Amino acid sequence: MHRFYVVPTLVINVAIILVPALLTVALAFFRWDGINMPVFIGMGNFQALWADRVFWTALTNNIIWTLLFLTVPIGIGLLAATLLLVARRGSMFFQVIYFLPMIIATAILARIWQGMIYSPVSGVNGMLQRMGFPTLDPLTQPSTALLGIATVDLWHWWGFLCVIFFAALRQVPQEQIEAARIEGASFWQMMRYVLLPGIRPTITLMMIMTVIWSFLVFDFVYILTQGGPAFSSEVLSTLAYRSAFYDLAVGKAAAVAVVISIFGLIATAFYIREQAREFDR
Amino acid sequence: MRLIESRATLVLTYALLALLLVVTLFPIALLVINSVKPAAQIVQNPLAWPEAFRWDNFTRAWTDARFGQTMLNSAVLSGLTIVLVCTTGSLTAYVLARRKIKSWKIITFYLLATTTAPIQLFLFPLYFGFAKLGLINNAVAVSVVYTAVWSPFAVMLLRTYFLAVPKELEEAALIDGASHWQVFTKVMLPIVSPGILTVALIIGLYSWNEFLIATTFLQRADTTTAIVSFFLLSGQYSSDWGEIMAAALIVVLPVIILFILLQRRFIEGMAGGSVKG
Repeated sequence: MHRFYVVPTLVINVAIILVPALLTVALAFFRWDGINMPVFIGMGNFQALWADRVFWTALTNNIIWTLLFLTVPIGIGLLAATLLLVARRGSMFFQVIYFLPMIIATAILARIWQGMIYSPVSGVNGMLQRMGFPTLDPLTQPSTALLGIATVDLWHWWGFLCVIFFAALRQVPQEQIEAARIEGASFWQMMRYVLLPGIRPTITLMMIMTVIWSFLVFDFVYILTQGGPAFSSEVLSTLAYRSAFYDLAVGKAAAVAVVISIFGLIATAFYIREQAREFDR
Repeated sequence: MRLIESRATLVLTYALLALLLVVTLFPIALLVINSVKPAAQIVQNPLAWPEAFRWDNFTRAWTDARFGQTMLNSAVLSGLTIVLVCTTGSLTAYVLARRKIKSWKIITFYLLATTTAPIQLFLFPLYFGFAKLGLINNAVAVSVVYTAVWSPFAVMLLRTYFLAVPKELEEAALIDGASHWQVFTKVMLPIVSPGILTVALIIGLYSWNEFLIATTFLQRADTTTAIVSFFLLSGQYSSDWGEIMAAALIVVLPVIILFILLQRRFIEGMAGGSVKG
């Protein structure tokens, strides 16, 4: 009987995700404008991507993004979490505020940063310029556009990690901390030998998720720069979206989606292995 | 527990925590103060306290973004998604947590794997398929898409709640002659209802805030969501940032109020679903 309980979830999931995903993989080998009959072109889409400069920019940007998010927000999150552990009093208050940007829609956060901070007309940036500082709008410069977007994402993201790391730090067995204290461990020794090893599974999991999420990033790029200027901030997901809905090159978009998924799949394998340990307990 | 007793360290700790607080709140403070300023004063100095409060920013934002219509659309879409996710999700979570079927492991891993699938991997065939079936601009269709995307998360979160229910309770009910369905609806569901409430809150938040799927599938003015109409407004009237910030505040305010009232639930739910598995 219980077999039927899982049917609704599975039917919806298979119909919306699995079947279209398999179709996407198939579409990657076709030329299709979304209207006429698809034409089989073998590896044609992948060959075109290989020769496409924008594709390589997008892939590089995704990799830069991944490296950036593997270090900066995880670092800030860990630092803030340990500070909360030291401070203790008021930790709930700080956590709530740090978490706040996570519950606000990406579209809105993007517009706040765009208009109130980066804009040379209405933003803080414009004010600094009028005061004589040589600041630029990072979103309009090919060399800084990606960093400008990443800053917004970093700003809204690190608090989430802080909350997760703090929760994990509080699970570190009290006896280990006491023992280290009696041995006269300094704060850094405590971090290095007791606290960080104690939350290693959480850090590992967050790093795996960071890799997965870094290849999915879409909203902030699409809203802040649309991948511009001159494709300098293009990432794979915006490239796929534009190809499908603006250029009506659905086959090419599907090929890009397949590339994103290959990167995701490797990280997903690690993710499932980590989670499997949890289930076996 | 105190890691360190030194007073200087404690002062430094709070100073750093306060600095992070300021960094976090700065853009949000800009949103709030500029929502009541005329565009001209924002251009002059976005950091200044409003000289005159322009409440009509809000009324203009309300009309220009057609929030009367689009906020209602968002609420309907969120409500539909919450109902779909909670009903289908709790059924599945129960079976998987209790390992009621042999294939529980395969199904769990399959669901975990789909949480990491990029939306672009299924978006394009789905869009053109929906277009053929006339399901574009259809809130029910979009709520089904949301359900597919978020129910694995909901299942994993609810699973931990079902695991916490003692097995004896279930067995006792069965011995008393309750059917499996009665055990699920009369015994299990009431106990895990805090978990279902958490899931409902978070799924509601996600569907209220979602951008990519909404902007793709709900294009017609009378079907679109508040976030998409805000996005369109901020693209069109890009000169009046007072009005844009007022519009942003209108969309964000219900979320922030709920968050302040139920902070623990939000944080535990969002953090727990992705970590505990």
